[in-house]
Amino acid sequence: MQLELRGITKRFGALTANDHIDLVVAPGEIHCLLGENGAGKSTLMNVLYGLYQADEGEILLDGAVQHFDGPGDAMRSGIGMVHQHFMLIPVFTVAENVMLGHEQTSFGGRLDLDAARKRVREISDRFGFSVDPDAIVGDLPVGVQQRVEIIKALSRDARVLVFDEPTAVLTPQETDELMAIMRQLRDEGTSIVFITHKLREVREVADRITVIRLGKVVGEAAPTASNSDLAALMVGRAVELVVQKQQARPGPASLVVENLDVIDPNGLKVVNDVSFTVHEGEILAIAGVQGNGQTELTEAIMGLQPRVNGRVSLGGQVLTGLSVRRVLDAGVGFVPEDRTEDGLVAEMTIAENLMLDRSHSEPFVARGSLRLEHLDGFAEEKKKEFDIRAQSISTPAGRLSGGNQQKVVLAREMSRDLRLLIAAQPTRGIDVGSIEFVHKRMVETRDAGIPVIVVSTELDEVVALADRIAVMYRGSIVGIVPGDTPRDVLGLMMAGERPSEVAA
Amino acid sequence: MSGGTPAPATTTEQTADQPRANAILKEIVNGNVLITVLAVLLALLIGGVLIALTNEDVQTAAGYFFSRPQDTLLAVWNAVSGAYVALFQGSIYNFRRDDFLTAIRPLTDTLTYAAPLIVAGLGVGLAFRVGMFNIGGRGQMLIAAAAAGWVGFSFHLPWGIHLIVAVIAGIVGGALWAGIVGLLKARTGAHEVILTIMLNYVAFYLVAYMLRTPGLLQAPDQVNPKSPPMLETAIFPPLLGPAYKLHVGFIIVILATVFVWWLLNRSSLGFRFRAVGENPNAARVAGMDVKNIYVYAMLVSGGLLGLAGVMQVLGTVPTGFSSGIDAGIGFDAITVALLGRSKPWGIFAAGVLFGAFKAGGYAMQASQGVPVDVVTIVQSLIVLFIAAPPLVRAIFFLPDGSRRRRRTTPIVTKEVEAK
Repeated sequence: MQLELRGITKRFGALTANDHIDLVVAPGEIHCLLGENGAGKSTLMNVLYGLYQADEGEILLDGAVQHFDGPGDAMRSGIGMVHQHFMLIPVFTVAENVMLGHEQTSFGGRLDLDAARKRVREISDRFGFSVDPDAIVGDLPVGVQQRVEIIKALSRDARVLVFDEPTAVLTPQETDELMAIMRQLRDEGTSIVFITHKLREVREVADRITVIRLGKVVGEAAPTASNSDLAALMVGRAVELVVQKQQARPGPASLVVENLDVIDPNGLKVVNDVSFTVHEGEILAIAGVQGNGQTELTEAIMGLQPRVNGRVSLGGQVLTGLSVRRVLDAGVGFVPEDRTEDGLVAEMTIAENLMLDRSHSEPFVARGSLRLEHLDGFAEEKKKEFDIRAQSISTPAGRLSGGNQQKVVLAREMSRDLRLLIAAQPTRGIDVGSIEFVHKRMVETRDAGIPVIVVSTELDEVVALADRIAVMYRGSIVGIVPGDTPRDVLGLMMAGERPSEVAA
Repeated sequence: MSGGTPAPATTTEQTADQPRANAILKEIVNGNVLITVLAVLLALLIGGVLIALTNEDVQTAAGYFFSRPQDTLLAVWNAVSGAYVALFQGSIYNFRRDDFLTAIRPLTDTLTYAAPLIVAGLGVGLAFRVGMFNIGGRGQMLIAAAAAGWVGFSFHLPWGIHLIVAVIAGIVGGALWAGIVGLLKARTGAHEVILTIMLNYVAFYLVAYMLRTPGLLQAPDQVNPKSPPMLETAIFPPLLGPAYKLHVGFIIVILATVFVWWLLNRSSLGFRFRAVGENPNAARVAGMDVKNIYVYAMLVSGGLLGLAGVMQVLGTVPTGFSSGIDAGIGFDAITVALLGRSKPWGIFAAGVLFGAFKAGGYAMQASQGVPVDVVTIVQSLIVLFIAAPPLVRAIFFLPDGSRRRRRTTPIVTKEVEAK
């Protein structure tokens, strides 16, 4: 089925999220929609899926103008969507999830589960998914859950499939498998829209590429275009994807983690017997697929995890057992993984967020009162130094873009006397320009002789920043390897395998 | 507008006990002034309809509506305007009186009624700002009234000192009663809504028991469950001379409003209060002791509600109290705090408005025969409209205010995120 979008415009108040976007997706083609976060990709797809109504423009399927009042209309017309956050009910089985929303019933309103099972098996066999229709979705690995989403879309005879950032939660191997599935679907005649901001994936799988920036189509590219060409189109200027840095000059060991276990509220060991050291003046990257214990590891160092065994010390001072405030006072800077949830108070101003972890004492507080003049001066200074783009320092942090929010967090953490910096997913969801900035500050911190831990699920980032790389899998460290380890080796390690050449 | 970060795999206990109610609280606190004003107008309008419907003249005239419709309309106008004029005269300025000093008396009555509502509203609003629903105003007021009242009728202390001691006793009583809730929430994770509601019963029956027991709070030679009257030295002296009911307590109310404003906006403790209220996760990561903050916030909130109890027992009804001394203010305070958007001066204004409704409602009933319940309905409607901003926006054709909140992944009905 040929999908055509003509002059789609969608405004939210003063903001124009989509500005006269034209897009044609031919049958049997993988069309990549490439753009930074906030470029308007998801808005466009939500218009297509009937979740938003376009202010102008029309949607055509095989030349016929469509009107979608909701996802139901879109689905009936043959459009399927695989969401970034899966729309599945974890306690239901695969078959139940697949039939959800268009349940077939037999006599007396009984659910016809057999038909749903049959449908799942049919599609699953056709594409070699090997998904058990009776498995509980919550028990399945993330990659398989995604296949359930695909089956769900296909079971409704979707001829146009939209993948919204599908690889964010996958291991490199799972990503490769997904790409294979996408090619197979394409060969069967399905039109595929693939939304992403990862250049590598685009070049690997796309037949055509449309780049969107600030709500407008800024260009089309062939999959043969180079990374830097695509990146330049995305951000409107040339970007360096490589971090400029000197050879590290590591000093003595500073952070020492010994036999660390973290036990979650369900009694499971989410971090299992982890030991490593970080030296002064080096960046240790912790790589791994999301959810393999990295989050809990950093939280344990910060004193945010209630049940921890083992020992963490920084420059001889034991950190385990200290309150978060004492750990911060010991000179640990922490950029949390989820900045909107853990790093910022969205309703508070930029200035207030800049003093969030220093509300107890000088210089921002004297005799129980806030020193607002001092805070304002400090905030103005940091706004300039960290290039925080906002109307003023009294703009609520929640109104900033992801990149600027992250700069606020960084400015706060880097303005203290640091003896260790832990940055978890420091560049997730932020624009390329800000990524460059954040990376530069990380390297500067390292060069100032401070040990730095960077937790990242993006191999590009790990490889660009790390002096050494620790790979985590299921709560354990698979191995600690030098920064120049090849990507395929790292990919294997992220899947839990220890290649022969890597020492334990 | 592309999708944000994937759902974090946080397993910390704090994430789990952050109630969905926080989102509702945020909506209430961050709504805009226009909606508030429109909600009040809308509520008065519906109140007008109710007044017209319950008016006998209107009912009679409606009987021959199709022969002489103007009679009905005239009757409606008379009923509604009469009622609202009476409301105004009973609460702000009675222009039927000759001299200014008696004509302004309704306003001082309004402020007298407003005094306990404002401090109680401050207490509830402060708890809102820290992310907690303090439904226990009644219990905290009762304990405070009992403590202040006991000091007020049984101690013989010099003028001035007696009043201060009684006020402090009340504040401490309310603070401790709420502090129990803060402590239980912090240490055991129990929900403050359930705790405060249950402690309302405990306080009510405890005070009722003490009022029935000679030697505790019951007045000697009394069969009724009522305390002795307050001693002269413990009563709030009148502020504008004996002709007016307004007492010194209102000055304390203004000071309390300034204090709460300072606490929330200018103090380091208030900074932590707000941070915990808006985002307890970020507060915890920033090294704040969230549990202790809950305890402190409940202490301050309970202290303010205790002060409201003190206003009642040493100001409004100094002739001895029964277990109904709270007069429902502990619950009205929730309404006041909501109407005031949990901002100190907003609560002050809302408290004065509700004080006016209270003062004027009786005048309206007396002079126009409009049931006083209409006023209560209007009050409830105001809050109903404030709690449903989309409704008010729809009625007045206002643009959707939710655009500043960017929802990245729209919610699809019947489906939820896996994991």
